[in-house]
Amino acid sequence: MTRWQGQLIKLDDYRWKIPENYKTGMRVPGLIYASKEMLESIRDDQTPEQVANVAFLPGIVGYSFAMPDIHWGYGFPIGGVAAMDIKDGVVSPGGVGYDINCGVRLLRTSLSRDEVQPRINELINELFLNVPSGLGSEGKIRVSQKEMNQLMVEGARWAVKRGLGFEEDLDATEEGGCLSRADPDKISSKATKRGMPQAGTLGSGNHFLEIQAVKEIFDHHIASIMGITEIGQILILIHTGSRGFGHEVCTDYLRVMEGAVSKYGIKLPDRQLACAPIESSEGKDYLAAMACAANYAWANRQCIAHWVRESFSKVLGKSPEALNMKQIYDVAHNIAKIEEHAIDGRKLKVCVHRKGATRAFPAGHKDVPTLYKEVGQPVLVPGDMGRCSFVAVGTQKAMDESFGSTCHGAGRTLSRGAAKRSMKGIDIARELESRGITVKAGNIPSLAEEASQAYKDITEVMDVVHRAGISKKVAMAIPIGVIKG
Amino acid sequence: MYNELREMKKAFEIIDHTADVGIIAYGVDIKELFSNAGLALFSLIAEVASVEEKLHLNLKVCSEDRDSLLVEWLNELIYLFDVKHILFSRFEIKSLTHNELKATCYGEEFDPMKHQLKTGIKAATYHMLKLDKNGDSYKAQIILDI
Repeated sequence: MTRWQGQLIKLDDYRWKIPENYKTGMRVPGLIYASKEMLESIRDDQTPEQVANVAFLPGIVGYSFAMPDIHWGYGFPIGGVAAMDIKDGVVSPGGVGYDINCGVRLLRTSLSRDEVQPRINELINELFLNVPSGLGSEGKIRVSQKEMNQLMVEGARWAVKRGLGFEEDLDATEEGGCLSRADPDKISSKATKRGMPQAGTLGSGNHFLEIQAVKEIFDHHIASIMGITEIGQILILIHTGSRGFGHEVCTDYLRVMEGAVSKYGIKLPDRQLACAPIESSEGKDYLAAMACAANYAWANRQCIAHWVRESFSKVLGKSPEALNMKQIYDVAHNIAKIEEHAIDGRKLKVCVHRKGATRAFPAGHKDVPTLYKEVGQPVLVPGDMGRCSFVAVGTQKAMDESFGSTCHGAGRTLSRGAAKRSMKGIDIARELESRGITVKAGNIPSLAEEASQAYKDITEVMDVVHRAGISKKVAMAIPIGVIKG
Repeated sequence: MYNELREMKKAFEIIDHTADVGIIAYGVDIKELFSNAGLALFSLIAEVASVEEKLHLNLKVCSEDRDSLLVEWLNELIYLFDVKHILFSRFEIKSLTHNELKATCYGEEFDPMKHQLKTGIKAATYHMLKLDKNGDSYKAQIILDI
């Protein structure tokens, strides 16, 4: 792959601008959050070109943003944020991605590492049995067509109503675990057929379930509000999305958008950026279908969280309440939302596309749950399975600058193929074991694809967003047990 | 068929993409190209050599143009694997116009005792999609989301 040779203007140590005149057709400049050291790897492929291409989309305001974890995606880069004015802007399924509402959910416990470490194999085995995962995995819940329609409309609440979780989990979920515009009539029968058997499954690829131990607390006050109080405290992180359902919705609507691009005479530098005006029937239909898939993903993580609680309870012989297994938060990493933001001093309704990015709303924002009102919305950023993950909060700076958005993960540097050629899954498992991390995977060879060496160092990514001020680090945790689908 | 093609001429290659994976399929004609793209897809999903021809399915796929027909074709196969769990090892392209394809696909249902799954392929994309004619042969590049 050819290196990207375009111009980047340094604004400060963590902000790099692609000027609007880099390419004819850009409506706004690009802005990449990165350290000088990271820029080298960002230039390794055509990712910055994708940042520039997104700036072509009608109605885009501010900047075409890229977070420090950006890597090459389809049309949009992964780690990209773009906001379009709802009056004259477009919505693009590529700006959300295939795995609609791929995201993470974090549970806390009152357990310490010392209590859990001796039982880690039992816990991992129980989780592996109790949470369906892996290639072609199907759920242990059976969802009828009627229930599927309810699930699409109700999101996480659908699962809570079935006894899978608590009402308070919904308060600790972005959007309460449900986008309101969902309309199952906008979903194809193919998407429904892919979705029904996969509800309540972790899946494969980069999806995982991790038992973690808190390693460092950066802000004790905010951490204590989240219930994170001790070094060594056990947390559980769930990373999954909308499975084949979201993929089919994205595929279906890319086809619709192909037609819309010619219908509305939209000029695009890349076919994968296909889009339609937000207020057009195609745009509205996509948002209604995307909401169904987002809700599916929230229901999915809600089911899995319940089975995680069940598994801990079974192995340790105490109820989830006694283990204090509360949900800290649940965030979407791939989503488009209609939000209100201040642009040049005036309030504007925009469609914010976050593709591999996390909402990072500040203290006091109306959409931040009461519990976190005074500290800001929790931001959950998983790293790779060998390093660590972070908990942060949103900031006013993010609100003022990046449409209330920050990074979402480590970001890949090695392709899956390159990772597999340079490492063996079994060696990765042994290396992790030797460092006290128990791993169980449905497919051992594919473990190499998810090795630390294939990812950027999450610590550097977090340092950039923390120093740039678009989120604030709260705590860091390391994995001690990992399940990979 | 799979081995024969490989001996005759390279049927396909697997290429890297940062977060995902791609295929380059070859064909002496456009029908063979589509057939080889299907084979490449299933070679990523499972060990194609272990897939017997126990069933067949007649498929019809329509699209806007030839490029998107290729994407739709692969997405249809991905769908059939995801929903009906069918692994295919041979494709007979019966007819192919610029926007419609009819094919008979041969394979069998996935059996965990017999087939080792390799990669979960979730969608064929338009990203970096290329379908070219080089002299007498055809070549196509497709990136797959995993």
